[in-house]
Amino acid sequence: MSILVDESTRVVVQGITGREGTFHTRQMLRYGTAVVGGVTPGKGGQTAEGVPVFNSVQEAVEREGANAACIFVPPPFAADAVMEAACAGIAVTVCITEGIPTLDMVRATSYLRTYETVLIGPNCPGIISPGKTKVGIMPGPIHRPGTVGVISRSGTLTYEVVDQLTRAGLGQSTCIGIGGDPLIGTSFIDHLERFQSDPDTEAVVLIGEIGGTAEEDAARYVRDAFDKPVLAFVAGRTAPPGKRMGHAGAIISGGKGRAEDKIAALESAGITVVHDLGRLGETARSLVGRD
Amino acid sequence: MKLHEHQAKTLLRSFDIPVPEGRLVETGEDALAAARELQGPPWVVKAQVHAGGRGKGGGVRVAQSPEEAAEAARSILGRPLVTPQTGPEGKPVHSVLVEEGVEIARELYLAMVVDRESALPVMIFSQDGGMEIEEVAARSPERVLKQPISPETGWMPFCGRNLVFRLDPLPPPETLKVLTAAMAGLYRAFVELDCSLAEINPLVVTTSGGVLAVDAKMNIDDNALFRQKRAAAMDDPSEKDPLELKAGASNLNYIRLDGNIGAMVNGAGLAMATMDVIKMAGAEPANFLDVGGGASEEMITRGFEIILEDPKVEAILINIFGGILRCDVLARGVLAAAEKTAIGVPLIVRLEGTNVEEGRRILESSSLAFLVARDISEAAALVTRQVSPS
Repeated sequence: MSILVDESTRVVVQGITGREGTFHTRQMLRYGTAVVGGVTPGKGGQTAEGVPVFNSVQEAVEREGANAACIFVPPPFAADAVMEAACAGIAVTVCITEGIPTLDMVRATSYLRTYETVLIGPNCPGIISPGKTKVGIMPGPIHRPGTVGVISRSGTLTYEVVDQLTRAGLGQSTCIGIGGDPLIGTSFIDHLERFQSDPDTEAVVLIGEIGGTAEEDAARYVRDAFDKPVLAFVAGRTAPPGKRMGHAGAIISGGKGRAEDKIAALESAGITVVHDLGRLGETARSLVGRD
Repeated sequence: MKLHEHQAKTLLRSFDIPVPEGRLVETGEDALAAARELQGPPWVVKAQVHAGGRGKGGGVRVAQSPEEAAEAARSILGRPLVTPQTGPEGKPVHSVLVEEGVEIARELYLAMVVDRESALPVMIFSQDGGMEIEEVAARSPERVLKQPISPETGWMPFCGRNLVFRLDPLPPPETLKVLTAAMAGLYRAFVELDCSLAEINPLVVTTSGGVLAVDAKMNIDDNALFRQKRAAAMDDPSEKDPLELKAGASNLNYIRLDGNIGAMVNGAGLAMATMDVIKMAGAEPANFLDVGGGASEEMITRGFEIILEDPKVEAILINIFGGILRCDVLARGVLAAAEKTAIGVPLIVRLEGTNVEEGRRILESSSLAFLVARDISEAAALVTRQVSPS
């Protein structure tokens, strides 16, 4: 099994006729994802990469039964696209876009409280259930179907980790990039809950970084309510305070968000924290093999 | 993007928040003229730099005559300002703000931020103004009040009442009225200007019962600058590191650090993790450089040039996990940089992912001298060898 997305996922790509949207639609189709349509307002009736283009997400839901959205819309319009997907009844909305104004996400988050959609991102690589479907931009070939769940605030660092897992003989049930922005749709905890009730996920890898308190919150949740093995890595032990390290959400400010504090919180919750990134794969293998 | 105090005050004034009368000047003579125009004594002369703790570093002076104000301005402008936030080398001061002195009855703290957990704008208020809010929160958290504000309704009068009626002692009704008006103004400024932080500390209650924003700090959300033209025009490039400025112009995420190992990585998380790996190997990272997911050959070349411009760099580690950014593009970019600039330091390359074979072949068939690392552990080991030859 897997969480959130699988063979039954029918994806609509918002911003399908843009450069990124076109490129990744092709990649998703190549991976086997059921991309059933795209949206570019004003270009309804055309086709892109062999799939129909609609003027709205609502149309894609009505005509093609889309139940997931993948958003490549430019930052000024991306929050609007997120709300459009939610309003159309999309179950899983993945927002790849980086650079959305924070106050736009405040409004979108508030709007989403009355809808059922699960928002992944923004500023994320998306979600993949290896061998079944990928909704996002991660390189497909590094993944293998398996039983390890991955939740990460990062993009390429996730690829590094997944690559090590695969080389260590550990496939993945589902890998989720939750996003590097300060305001994101879903947290570590949201997905840990799903992995907890997924019988085919045996262990989970958390990839955190400096900024905010998501890792500390996840540590508390794992201690109190999660009973599968958890492995964690936290990036940014050498990051100076007060500087945004690439991701808008990766900043140590007012003495909060430091990697040491996150690592301490995770370890005190009984989570194995990998300090040497190069050894993550082998550490994961010993952890999963133990149970 | 950070704003100077005088810029923040100009913006706050346009949202009906009272600020002291003042003039921005760049010389002692102009400070003299400014003080003569403004009411006093006293006058206050304040260094305009992007750093907190200016008072502690001698960047804020009180003058009892226009001549003293001129002298204070000359002394502040004459040397770099060292504060707890600038590092020992300090920051050059290009301008000072000369303001009318204020008759202070009470000093309050007022700020707006977005709370990450609740995803709501939150107003923070304390009656212990004039000091760092983190210090107040650490010592007496009950004295730091927080009021979340719904983005759907915006500011409601009760939000202000929840905060001001907790003041002890309670000020007279006319002061409560101007206080809540200032709060409503700050919320409006925060939202309409796309701030990531708007802080008034202290917010002074004057002896005549009015309020004045005596110091102000405002940061604008970088992601919203496309629609904040007025604030964007206030950007002061002289406050930034020249290499960071150069990188920004090429859309590269570069932060200069103090170490000796330059790093070029794709993706912010992997770039941070690579810095950590360098440190674990016993060396110090010279920079954070994320060339991004879709970097072009030109961007790679620019990034490489920027690393080489830092004289502290003794070795360079390239760590690329190709996804959207293909390894062959990276390899061509590095070779283009090597053609323009002689690379006088050891180069360690670790490539993985999309088109990795092609990328390795391009590098190997060139005349460039470099070391190949198969994985991140090997990269770390090679870095160690560069800084501690055995």
